[in-house]
Formats: sequence, structure tokens, C-alpha cells
Amino acid sequence: MIKVENISKSYDKVEALKDISFEVEKGELLGLIGPDGAGKTTLMRILMTLILQDRGNATMAGFDVVKSYKNIRLLVGYMPGRFSLYQDLSVEENLNFFATVFGTTIEENYDLIKDIYSQIEPFKTRLAGRLSGGMKQKLALSCALIHKPEILVLDEPTTGVDVVSRKEFWEMLKKLQQQGITILVSTPYMDEASLCDRVALIQKGQIMQIDSPSTIVENYTRKLFAVRSGEMYRLINDLRSFEKTDTAYAFGQYLHYTSKNDEVEATELEQYLLEKEHVQLQVFDIEPGIEDVFMELMSGKEL
Amino acid sequence: MKRFFGFVKKEFYHIFRDVRTMLILFGIPIAQLLLFGTVIKNDIKDAEIAIYDQSKDEVTQEITAKLLSSGYFILDRNLESINDIEAIFKKGKVKEVIVFESNFGRLLEKEGKANVQIIADASDPNMGKLLANYTTGILNDYITKKMGEMKVPLQIKPEVRMFYNEELESVYLFVPGIMAMILMLISAMMTSISITREKELGTMEILLVSPLKPVQIILGKVAPYLGLSIINAFVIILIGNLVFGVPIVGSTILLMAETILFIMMALCLGIMISTAAKTQMVAMFISLIALMLPTILLSGFIFPVENMPMALQWLSSIMPPRWFIVILKNIMLKGTGLLYVWKETLILLAMTSVFTIVAVKKFKTRLE
Repeated sequence: MIKVENISKSYDKVEALKDISFEVEKGELLGLIGPDGAGKTTLMRILMTLILQDRGNATMAGFDVVKSYKNIRLLVGYMPGRFSLYQDLSVEENLNFFATVFGTTIEENYDLIKDIYSQIEPFKTRLAGRLSGGMKQKLALSCALIHKPEILVLDEPTTGVDVVSRKEFWEMLKKLQQQGITILVSTPYMDEASLCDRVALIQKGQIMQIDSPSTIVENYTRKLFAVRSGEMYRLINDLRSFEKTDTAYAFGQYLHYTSKNDEVEATELEQYLLEKEHVQLQVFDIEPGIEDVFMELMSGKEL
Repeated sequence: MKRFFGFVKKEFYHIFRDVRTMLILFGIPIAQLLLFGTVIKNDIKDAEIAIYDQSKDEVTQEITAKLLSSGYFILDRNLESINDIEAIFKKGKVKEVIVFESNFGRLLEKEGKANVQIIADASDPNMGKLLANYTTGILNDYITKKMGEMKVPLQIKPEVRMFYNEELESVYLFVPGIMAMILMLISAMMTSISITREKELGTMEILLVSPLKPVQIILGKVAPYLGLSIINAFVIILIGNLVFGVPIVGSTILLMAETILFIMMALCLGIMISTAAKTQMVAMFISLIALMLPTILLSGFIFPVENMPMALQWLSSIMPPRWFIVILKNIMLKGTGLLYVWKETLILLAMTSVFTIVAVKKFKTRLE
């Protein structure tokens, strides 16, 4: 449904995308995961025919993004990263406007947006600018869906949205996917990765890995420890000054720790930290998450 | 078509819900009109005049006394030679010189007819004309009373000359001038701002991705402002007519047609600006500095084009309002038809098409 071949794009001297290639099947939910400035928005804008790539080709539903941009614009739904609806128009007026622009009506495609729109329908006379962050995103999704697109492209739809709304939002995406809509979604939150069929880890304009979340995690073979003590700040400094340490990152309540060549065992690590007079110390093996993989990739090492 | 109307409807929501926009649309025109109308004074008090009396007889003394006792005029000095007139005007204090011909009283008595010349400083044209009108009014009053006494037809023939601005252009010009300025402001600035606002808020991104054609977006932006600007033009002409008595001598239909042409030109100019400007601020500055000031200063609205240095005259000829003001003046004040303004109309038409072509060509179907 989406096919990207060797796409490159530079802004002045900054290379935003470097030779990117991937494909998305029909009805698939692909997540683009990466930090700010990784090139997610640029990639999406190229696919949405909003900017031109420097090199490479891309097609959406078989249409070339450069030559057949008019065809593409009829069958894609797009939600930009910034809230891009009319703040001085009410919820209903916004939806009506986008329905009219796409040559349809709310009634005609009400089925598709019912689940989402019904949640904000009680506020339909409220101006869009006065909605909460989560409601804004629901409205924006409704507007992007109103013309029954075949492909849905969402640029960081859950950024700045509370946890509950984020969860609801992903549930909606799953439902849409079941209706056969191909979805490309970007997010800086790695915990959302597991909800995608496949994820593309993207950094500095390059796709570092693209696979299903479980395969990505399975491929991670490093020995990983979770470490905790009474003094977390001193703990991270002590760990980083330990000569055998490879990485030590804070992950919620714990530090995730890897050693050079995975040669350190839990007991050795515990011993080292006890020497440093850490109290309430906990050290144990854990299963890696997608974040661990990403951290590993970010540090520029091969798996 | 339905898409287009949906878009226009949305534009009207934007306009009617934004207090600032409404204020610019309807508050500023009326305020400006009333302001300019009042600043251009309609009454005279203690205007300094000089008298060059070549006759110095009883009648001229009487007239002089009558003029000075009216409360409108103060005698600065009596002149002794015709050469003094130029010199005294140059000093700028004296606004009017009255010249009685020699043997004024005797001529009036014997032939029933005498000449008086009224020379006004028309560098402030409104003032000049008012002074001359008041003076002739007082002269006529004197004659009517004198006629009653003498029972013979008498006639004082005042010959009015306006110094520095012989044809007294721009007396009523402030209404055409303000009209040109306001229509320019609303049409060009408001459209350019409303398009750049879409860019700034990111909604342009969605509009571009939609099946809306650039022409539909442009026309959808233009249509509401075209309608509102026409209403504005009506209001300006109406206030000019009712409050300040500016006449509409010529054809109202032609006047409206020309006004719509000018509005279209300004709207296209606004869109052209918006294709170059990235933010509302930039659009506003371009509109204000590149459009408003030249409209006020170079279009002949305040300073007559004929009095400008050659270079500025050239510059003024690329200012659309200059031609529109000529058209307005001809239709409203002189009552002439299309026959006399076809050249200016053609210039406006040419400008409109150039702006449209550039605007459509430069309107981007992508973000960069």
C-alpha cells in the first residue's frame, strides 16, 4: 500500500532522510518510532505529497507521490503533528467543513467515525480551540477519517495527550485497522511500539530496524540487569564510572545496565555497588523491552 | 461547487468570530472617514488676508470694512504693488489677497460693474476654496444691499484665482482617497493575513492535502472579502454623501463597476503578498508599508501628483490607487463617463490580471 524506495531529503546542509526504503502492506499498522528530529515528520510529509524528496521514489496505493499527487490527496487521511483544525470553529463546524471539502457528509461516513466522534459529540457546539488535548486529537482523527481514506497517516497523534486518552486513541487505531485501513503512525513514545504490527526504529534520518515488536525484542541478546538503590543519582554515576560498564540508563524506577561483552554477572555488580556503600540494593536480570533495543541502537552499536 | 461554498462559509465564520477582523472591516473605515472629514475644516475664523486696493475709494473702504467685521478675516496689511502678492504668499501667513481694480467705485456707479480679484493660497485646497467662497459671499451680500439703496442693477465681478493649485483638485478628494485607501487596506491586508494565518496555524497543510484546487482556495478566500468590501464602498460613499455632502454626479453603476474592479485588483494583490509572506506579521507589514503609505502619500490623495518631483511621479504611476482616484474623481465629482476613464480602467485591468497570474502561479500546491 505504501512503498518507499531510497528516499533522501536534505534541508540546506542537514540531511533529514538518508536513503530510506520500506513497505507497508494493506491493512497494516506501521509505527515510526524515533526521537524528535529523527526525520519522521519529513518522511510523512513526503508521503503526503506536501514536500518533494531529493532522491528516490515513493508510491501510495500505487500512485507516485510526485506525479500523481492529486490522486493520492483523494484517498489519504492526514493528521499533522500540530493541531491543525480551525480553533474558532466548533467541533461540528470543523467536521462539516472537512466533509464538504472532501465532497461527502458526516451522515454518509458516520459509521466509520462513530466510535470516536460519539465521545466528543456532547461538545459539538464547543469551539475546537477550547477542547482538551485528548478531545482535540479525537476531533482531528474524526476529520482525517471523514472521507473514508484508504491510508491514514498520523504524525505523533498522542504527543501531549494524557495516558488514558493515549490508550483510547490506540484502541481506536486498532479498530480502524480492522476495517482495512492502512495506518502509518509516528510516535516518540516507545511503550506504544508494542501496539503496532511492525515498527520502524528511525534515527538521524535512517531506519535502523524494521520488524514486528516481538521480533525486535527477541533479537536483543544482551545480558540486561535492572538495578535499584536508595540513592539513584549516585547509583547511576557509580555505575557509569565502573570500568566494565557499557550502558546505564534510567528506566522508571530502575536503572537498566549492560556491561562490556556481557561479562559482568549480577553478583559481581552487586559486590561492586556494595563497596560503594549503596543500601537497599536490588540487582536482577530482566527481559528487554523495545526501549532497551532502541537505546542500544542509538548508541550506534550493532546487535 | 459545493466544496467552494463550504469553504466560503468557513471563511465567514472566521471573519464574524474575530472581533479584531470585524473592527478592521467596519470600525476603521467609518472612523477614518469621519476623522479625515473633520480634520479638513469646514469653517473659517480669523484668516489672515491682505488687500491691494488700487482704488481707495468709498466703496472699496466699505467692502473692506464689511469683510473685516465679518469675523472671518483679519487684515494683515495693505499692499502697494502687484509684486507684493507673490512675496506675501510665499511667507505663508496670508491666505488670501483681495485686489480691487482702480476706479472701482466709479466704475460700479457709472457702468454698474466692477472687477475684484480674489487670490487664495490653495496649497491647502479646501481652505483656499472656502476663503474664496466666503469672500464672494460677503461681496454678493454687499451688492444686494447696495442695489436696494440705489435701485439700479449692480455687479461686482469677482475673479477667483487659486494659487499653487489652479484647478483646486482634491477638494472633495478625501472621500475618493479614503475609499481607495480603505478598500486597499481591507482587501489586500485582510486576504493576505487570512491566507498566511492558515499557513501559520498549520491548517494550510490539511487544505493542501485535501482535494481542494488552488483556484478554489484562492477564490474561497477572495469571495467573502469581495462582498464585504463592496458593502464598505457603499458605506463610504453614503457617509461621504450624507455627512460631508460629497456628490455623485456620474453614473452610480459605472462607479460600482469600477469599485469592484479596484477591489478585485487589491484582493489579487493580497493573495500575491500571501504567497511571499510566511507569517501574518510579515503579511501585515508588507500590506501596511508597501501599500498603505504609498496609497496615502503617492496616489495624489493628499499631495497632488502634479506637484511631485518627476521620479515620484513615475513611482506614483505604478500605484493602483492613483488611477482609481482619478476614476472616482471623474465619475463622482465631474460626472464623466467611461469615455474619459477608459485608460485608467485599462491600467487597473492590466494590474489585476498581472497580480492574478502571479498569485496563481506562485500559489504552492506543496509546503515548500
